[in-house]
Amino acid sequence: MSTILTTENLSLFYGKKEALKGVNLDFEDRGITALIGPSGCGKSTFLRCLNRMNDLIPNVTITGEVNFNQHNIYAPTMDTVQLRKEIGMVFQQPNPFPFSIYENVVYGLRLAGVHDKERLDAAVEKSLKQAAIWDEVKDRLHANALSLSGGQQQRVCIARVLAVEPDIILLDEATSALDPISSRMIEETLLNLRQDYSIITVTHNMQQASRISDRTAFFLNGELIEVNDTKQIFMNPVRQETNDYISGRFG
Amino acid sequence: MNAKRTDKMATGILYGVAAFVVIILVALLGYILIQGVPKISWHFLTSPALAFEAGGGIGIQLFNSFYLLFLALLISLPISLGAGIYLNEYAPQNTVTGLIRTTIEILSSLPSVVVGLFGYLFFVVQFKLGFSILSGAFALTVFNLPILTRSIEEALANISDNQREAGYALGLSRWETVTKIVVPAALPSIITGVVLSAGRIFGEAAALIYTAGQSAPALDFTNWNPFDISSPLSPLRPAETLAVHIWKINSEGIMPDAKAVSAGASAVLIIAVLLFNFLARWLGKRLYKHLTAE
Repeated sequence: MSTILTTENLSLFYGKKEALKGVNLDFEDRGITALIGPSGCGKSTFLRCLNRMNDLIPNVTITGEVNFNQHNIYAPTMDTVQLRKEIGMVFQQPNPFPFSIYENVVYGLRLAGVHDKERLDAAVEKSLKQAAIWDEVKDRLHANALSLSGGQQQRVCIARVLAVEPDIILLDEATSALDPISSRMIEETLLNLRQDYSIITVTHNMQQASRISDRTAFFLNGELIEVNDTKQIFMNPVRQETNDYISGRFG
Repeated sequence: MNAKRTDKMATGILYGVAAFVVIILVALLGYILIQGVPKISWHFLTSPALAFEAGGGIGIQLFNSFYLLFLALLISLPISLGAGIYLNEYAPQNTVTGLIRTTIEILSSLPSVVVGLFGYLFFVVQFKLGFSILSGAFALTVFNLPILTRSIEEALANISDNQREAGYALGLSRWETVTKIVVPAALPSIITGVVLSAGRIFGEAAALIYTAGQSAPALDFTNWNPFDISSPLSPLRPAETLAVHIWKINSEGIMPDAKAVSAGASAVLIIAVLLFNFLARWLGKRLYKHLTAE
């Protein structure tokens, strides 16, 4: 399989504090990669490096490279606006815009200059179907997205990302604010998407990582400890720390 | 004394204080309306004031008040919006922006008579604008800017950072995130802030006495050429507003029905400000509904 995204010696400092310590990690094209580790291990920080969301935080220094399609996304010529269209992101808290469901989904397309009603309608239907929420909202596409439940809002957020057809989708603990049934639905959504997208998800929930991911990377104290096929990580980890974490001895 | 009794007493005192405030407000409003409303008629609202005889109206003053309000908002809204966006979305947290915020706070508590005298020296004398609508509108801008800027900044600050992150993550630039997500989401509370500040401007007298002047020359309502001095739209004519008119007839009015005119004008003023307040709420709700769903 080809790699779509690689990080080389990626380090991140909050002021003087080193939050990521020289992470080298390759992501394969298509499939789901889970990033696991205890709180504060740097997995979310790492995820946010991949579409430069950390740029928004003052006092952050990043060294090393993140190569996406053979281009370093931290190169000065990189257009972060374009980058984020190719690498979409879903957050921990569902954050639909306070507009209608329809408007939420077409937002990225409209900004990209698509105004053809038929194309927008088609994109809305396709994205909402991919996000497995079409049947629940098809009769009220023009209702406020904030009137939906948390789980539904999160799936609308996923549809919003899918509508602009990114290559990679980053999920930052996208199910941790949801109830188990909604989480389950999001998981199924992700499983349906794994053939067409490269999905990188940060999760605290190890059962979830083992259920849905193809590969798993374990982080501890800002370092990448181990990365392998999910089955290998959970059944037969190489490093002692990984074993301790997945067997619930800490974290 | 045990906790239960103390609690009962505290509750009683709080109810008493609240009732006291409500009674004062209701009494004040009621007095003005009862004294004034019977004096209001179509003739009163449309005819010009008379200096020496009874039966004068407030038509020109009423028009002046609205025209000044419109101009003041036209000038102050874009500036406040820009300043509010800068302070909340762009400004780094450092001593300079801290200083700006403190300055805005101090300016917003500036007595309006000071604003009026400043406007007199600066716009009327220095810039030779004379007692005019323009001088008045600038003075009202000085008076309104700090408050409007703060209310817009607060409206923007109430929009959760989640929304901004969602915008950035969709590939919006910072400017697009501000104009297409944050401002629309904050628009209902921005509008509410604008309309409420409109109420304050409408009732303002002290800032206008020395800037827009205390005389209301006759206007020719068939002449809409803004460069003609007798045109209602002329920005260089002196323009006594409703609030200034009330102040004037109470301090030096010599018309025989000064009391009645004053009472009627006060009632009109209060009713207008009340309408602004209701309009603010209604518009805010309507707009929110309209923006968030069809």
